[in-house]
Amino acid sequence: MEFSVTVASHGRWEVLTVTGEIDMATAPRFRQRLLAVISAGAHNVVIDLSGVDFIDSTGLGVLMGAAKRVRSAGGDIRLVMAGSRLGDLVELTRLDRVLDVFGSVSAATSDSEA
Amino acid sequence: MSASASMDFEIPARPEYLSLVRSLVVEAAETDTNLTQERVEDFKVAVSEAATNAIEAHARACCDESIRIRCKITEDRLEFHIADRGFGFYPNQIQVLPEPDDPSRLNYERGLGIYLMQVLSDDVEIKSGPDGTQVCLSIQLPAVTE
Repeated sequence: MEFSVTVASHGRWEVLTVTGEIDMATAPRFRQRLLAVISAGAHNVVIDLSGVDFIDSTGLGVLMGAAKRVRSAGGDIRLVMAGSRLGDLVELTRLDRVLDVFGSVSAATSDSEA
Repeated sequence: MSASASMDFEIPARPEYLSLVRSLVVEAAETDTNLTQERVEDFKVAVSEAATNAIEAHARACCDESIRIRCKITEDRLEFHIADRGFGFYPNQIQVLPEPDDPSRLNYERGLGIYLMQVLSDDVEIKSGPDGTQVCLSIQLPAVTE
């Protein structure tokens, strides 16, 4: 699947829906879109990775950098991984201890805690 | 699998070739290795991390040579050897990072690559010097019961 990022508003959350592969080739575009959303004032960000086939440490690094930025501005970042193997990688790297992971966009954008 | 096979590839040291490297892992795994899809997916990440490091090493060294990849399938292992011509690195140059679940880990966007290679492969061998780095990643193939 071709790499793409689309952005939509769900209440107070900006939801980035990502498809394709996130690696050294696509991570710069992913980072650029994410930073553009945050720079435009969005500090509550959901990243839907359910359509991502592959992510590596470069992609995980982009997520960590974005989380740091929004949290330092008093916001939050949430990940959605519905039916994706990416969750295994996030657990393996124990990033699920520092990033909240949800099973659907609707769960992530309701204001309940993870 | 009764005989061993070895294939050599060279890829330009550019990020857009990483998906090709991952395809090589999938293709190699499909040659009668009996690996589960989960193992193949894990190994794909490990090999991709090694290739990413090699591409970065060439960029740092301003080296326009290709990255050399050898895929070897033996009776009981699938191996990928990734060799670059970068400046190499030494273990004491690797940044020590906070544990992955430490909140301060968010301050470090890099540093998971070697960790992923180690946990997603059965064996990792890294030889590095001023003329480049060679990484050998391998996974055990499931025993075939007759």
